Amino acid sequence: MSDGEPVKKGKGTVFVKPEVCKGCSYCIDFCPAHCLEFSREFNRKGYHFPVLGRPEDCTGCDLCGLYCPDFAIFGMRFKDIEQRRQAAALAPQVPAGS
Amino acid sequence: MTETEVCDVELENPVMPYLRQERLPHIWCPGCGIGTTVNCFTRALTDSGMDLDKVAIVSGIGCTGRVAGYMNLDSFHTTHGRAIPFATGLKLANPDLKVVVYSGDGDLSAIGGNHLVHAARRNMDLMIVCVNNFTYGMTGGQVAPTTPLGATQTTMPYGNFENPFNLPFLADACGAVYVARWTVYHVKQLAKAMLEGLRKKGFVFIEAMAPCPTLYSRRNRLGDGVDQLKYYKEKSKVVNGADTKDVGLTFQGEITVGKFVDRDRPTWLDAMNEHYTQHFGEKYVPYGVSHGQD
Repeated sequence: MSDGEPVKKGKGTVFVKPEVCKGCSYCIDFCPAHCLEFSREFNRKGYHFPVLGRPEDCTGCDLCGLYCPDFAIFGMRFKDIEQRRQAAALAPQVPAGS
Repeated sequence: MTETEVCDVELENPVMPYLRQERLPHIWCPGCGIGTTVNCFTRALTDSGMDLDKVAIVSGIGCTGRVAGYMNLDSFHTTHGRAIPFATGLKLANPDLKVVVYSGDGDLSAIGGNHLVHAARRNMDLMIVCVNNFTYGMTGGQVAPTTPLGATQTTMPYGNFENPFNLPFLADACGAVYVARWTVYHVKQLAKAMLEGLRKKGFVFIEAMAPCPTLYSRRNRLGDGVDQLKYYKEKSKVVNGADTKDVGLTFQGEITVGKFVDRDRPTWLDAMNEHYTQHFGEKYVPYGVSHGQD
């Protein structure tokens, strides 16, 4: 994120519902852009949930949503980075999407 | 869930409209693959563009049997092993429905093995999704007919010595018109197979291999669900149109995945209508001719 915005990447983001995540790490291990990582916090049941560690790499391909057995995460692609920022700012369940 | 006034994008997980959200979070263990197959199924439903009032889902008993309870479709949670007879009745009473049987390997091939064989023989117009986790998950990890040779289970503490079923071969030999096997790692392919299955008329059998981290993997020291997915990734080989004789599974051995069979046979209803029309001529009124949603 330091030297200007990349054009192709960064148009997507993920939305996480931490309270239903069971920390199986499917999304983290099989993200094609390797942009997810475990959170430092726990959810209510004591699992580490995924957060978007490198939001500049997320393409919003929704493969995490297809893998997630707990329906706790999904990805979305936006028209441009500005729209992605607006959406990420609105969603209360986004841990690190801006 | 979200406010969408400022940005004009719907911020909801695409799976959510298909689920009974008040029942979530579900009971499946962390790392269990059944939820992933549900994702694939909902994507297939979206892509098929079917009227969801015309889709019914039937499950037996077991971990996978819970799918019927979580899906926001007309769904039936039937007695152990009897998902296919129930679905057969549903299909024949209302031939407009697309009936999907979503159950586990123990339910379909052990307790309901007889029904699987005969529904395939008759070519009932059903789509069977068999989530194969190689064990009886809900009852505590007993040996299932799909447990590979050498795998340790609660009732086989020194390793399994019973020869397992090769489910695609069984379905193929009994006359299924569409047979495919994918693992939970192959999500896109699994969703596509389910889409093809929804559009196919006749007995469709899709085997989805899924990890069971709590029982199968733990007893065999195979690690977490994600370790099983990595094993699927490394050891699976896509052979579309492979001879189903050769696709048997061994303990942590190579997995042949792909679409094995895709052929056409008259379904039970078609065969019945044709036979009686030949026999009785004009007097016979064909039953359920508009079935299959085509």
